[in-house]
Amino acid sequence: MRAIGVILAGGNSKRMKQLSDKRAIAAMPVAGSFRSIDFTLSNMTNSRIQSVAVLTQYNSRSLNLHLSSSKWWDFGRKQGGLFVFNPTITAESSDWYRGTADALYQNINWLKNSHEPYVVIAAGDGIYKLDYNKVLEYHIEKKADITVVCKRMEEGEDLTRFGCVNINDDGRIVGFEEKPMISDTNTISCGIYVVRRRHLIELIEKCAEEDRYDFVQDILVRYKNLKRIYAYKLESYWSNIASVGSYYKTNMDFLKRDVREYFKADPQVYTKVDDLPPAKYNPGASVKNSLVASGCIINGNVENSLLFKDVYVGNNCVIKNSIVLNNVYIGDNTVLENCIVESRDVIRANSTHIGAPDAIKIVVEKNDRYAI
Amino acid sequence: MHEGQVQNYNFLQRGDSVIKKEMIAMLLAGGQGSRLGVLTQRVAKPAVSFGGKYRIIDFPLSNCINSGVDTVGVLTQYQPLRLNAHIGIGIPWDLDKNVGGVTVLPPYEKSTGSDWYSGTANAIYQNLEYMESYNPDYVLILSGDHIYKMDYEVMLDYHKASNADLTIATMPVPMEEASRFGLAITDGTGRILEFEEKPEHPRSNLASMGIYIFSFPVLRQALIELNEQPNCDFGMHIIPWIKEHDYRIFAYEFNEYWKDVGTLSSYWQANMELVDIIPEFNLYEEYWKIYTKSENIKPHYLGENASVTKSLVSEGCEIHGTVENSVLGVGVTIGEGAVVRDSIIMADTVIGDNTTVDKSIIAERCTIGSNCALGVGEYAESQYDKKVYRADLVTIGENSVIPDDVKIGKNTAIKGVTTAEDYPDGELPGGGYIIREVAGR
Repeated sequence: MRAIGVILAGGNSKRMKQLSDKRAIAAMPVAGSFRSIDFTLSNMTNSRIQSVAVLTQYNSRSLNLHLSSSKWWDFGRKQGGLFVFNPTITAESSDWYRGTADALYQNINWLKNSHEPYVVIAAGDGIYKLDYNKVLEYHIEKKADITVVCKRMEEGEDLTRFGCVNINDDGRIVGFEEKPMISDTNTISCGIYVVRRRHLIELIEKCAEEDRYDFVQDILVRYKNLKRIYAYKLESYWSNIASVGSYYKTNMDFLKRDVREYFKADPQVYTKVDDLPPAKYNPGASVKNSLVASGCIINGNVENSLLFKDVYVGNNCVIKNSIVLNNVYIGDNTVLENCIVESRDVIRANSTHIGAPDAIKIVVEKNDRYAI
Repeated sequence: MHEGQVQNYNFLQRGDSVIKKEMIAMLLAGGQGSRLGVLTQRVAKPAVSFGGKYRIIDFPLSNCINSGVDTVGVLTQYQPLRLNAHIGIGIPWDLDKNVGGVTVLPPYEKSTGSDWYSGTANAIYQNLEYMESYNPDYVLILSGDHIYKMDYEVMLDYHKASNADLTIATMPVPMEEASRFGLAITDGTGRILEFEEKPEHPRSNLASMGIYIFSFPVLRQALIELNEQPNCDFGMHIIPWIKEHDYRIFAYEFNEYWKDVGTLSSYWQANMELVDIIPEFNLYEEYWKIYTKSENIKPHYLGENASVTKSLVSEGCEIHGTVENSVLGVGVTIGEGAVVRDSIIMADTVIGDNTTVDKSIIAERCTIGSNCALGVGEYAESQYDKKVYRADLVTIGENSVIPDDVKIGKNTAIKGVTTAEDYPDGELPGGGYIIREVAGR
């Protein structure tokens, strides 16, 4: 493809509560066996983008571990590759990434040294499939300066954590409000942009001169009347996981047949391979309407839930409407309802954790696994 | 060419070589495994799937890397396509190395002629140059049809401590079964005094597992001296030669799980043992992982009416029916109302709604129609091959299609796309067969 990719994966959100205590949002486990960033990375590789930079900052260790090898996404190539850019102290600067535009500015040499004419910039917390070539075609057709991938949200959805856009008949963005309390539109920006590489460098350098650091506020919002900023409307599944509620809902979406089959079909979503054995169902196991990843051993009851990799469910457990993250041990007779169980937890036998559908309980229990 | 090899070896002996591996492994993966019937009609036995997501060859390959043996030659001959695709450059086992790693070794044409591998030792002989290029002190000979976890390094330590020239891994078997194996008769120190191949009246119960460590110079000498021997085989020729020349042969006793899965019933049995609550062969241990090529890493889904107990279920399955005491491969679909019991269903096979599957082995990418019943009726002797199909199993080869509403009896074999016309009265009675493709094609 004629573009390079940039994945913005450095931010944190208070809306993730304890879930982002130990990991970057882009490293959140999703749908049983993936991490959030896998979707964007796979989209990039499936769009035949060869060179991708991941900009990380907040809790970057989790993400660095996941990206320790580029081979899972087929980026282990002589041409291009996967680059992970953490903030670094240089002769000129010893700042953290002070915003998305600043993060790009601090890595501007990589942008300058690339030769592809376009850049696809995407957030690391979107769950979707998209061929960026289609966005690029649209971008060229509209002679746009920047193209923003947008999605029309359902009525009644909380839009206060998104950028809301007004679009004219031609598709040009005429209004752009970042995280408004009340908005007159329900079309939001998905945080996916296509821009000519030279143009991006100019914009970013201008920004840096003026001590401006945010790509949305300082480029999209400020330039919307000056530059031709177009909206590419995404009609297929798209979800953002950057709040506990939406994280829970996105995962639960995978229990729906259409969503599951959409992501199961080609092109594939790739992730790091863990080499776990098949899941094992022992006598007494009863599992309904649930997704179970590899390495699980199940002795109890599971309903409307997702068990991520390597989860042990003890005898007579009842797990309902819950998400159990990787490598959790759940002792016998435990009851979990409307919960998200943090990874590597050990839940003692006979525990009860009950949340509510609109107030999902996050369970973090650090017990010694072999003492029980 | 023969001389060239010797010169090359002498050159390496002087210590000029940069490349030096203490022990390399040679994995014999060229056999057909005809006792697995339609399962190996188009696939070499080591590439047959096992335990849901694995293939048989994953076990010796994982043992190699877990034992620190990072140079493995895989000798292929029979139907190597699947095997080659599976092994690739060895990434899943970390055997993609700058020096060493996995090398697939098919038979090749030489200036003096071209020969197939005519026996286990002949295959190794034809790859003498490969072995010499690593200048090894020891060569580990493995076969690609056993399920076990073994630390070859411990065996090598034993080999060194015994000052042995050849160490044979052995395991004690019940005396009444001993006559099925090659048996080692040892003195008190483990030294093998005599070796008997499948004797009628066994004098020992130490069965050879087909795993050997040779001191390379001895192996090399034996292979070269016996190179004219037709169908040169380790058990039949090399070991007797080594014995005759008074080299030291020792038996390494292995007391853990080891299964030969060379017959349909032992293959089925070994799979079924994996679903025990605490299986004798445990795949869930952290410290001795079994690696395989994983293409599909999605979780599997169990529907509202699904019921799964006492089973292994691999990634990407969609289960809407009942599964009991079975092993499911990657991406299997089980329809609504379907019942699968005591069966092995391999990757990407679809079982239609309301179909009952009892005691069956169904290979990859099969489509079984709706309202079928597999494994029904009484015992009947197979009319196709009574030596192979005799454990009351229904065996269906890869890419087969079974139409809706048919009944299939015990000890049956099916391979290929079948239609309703192939089933008079909607039934394939016990012992029957439908084979659409010729073996070995």
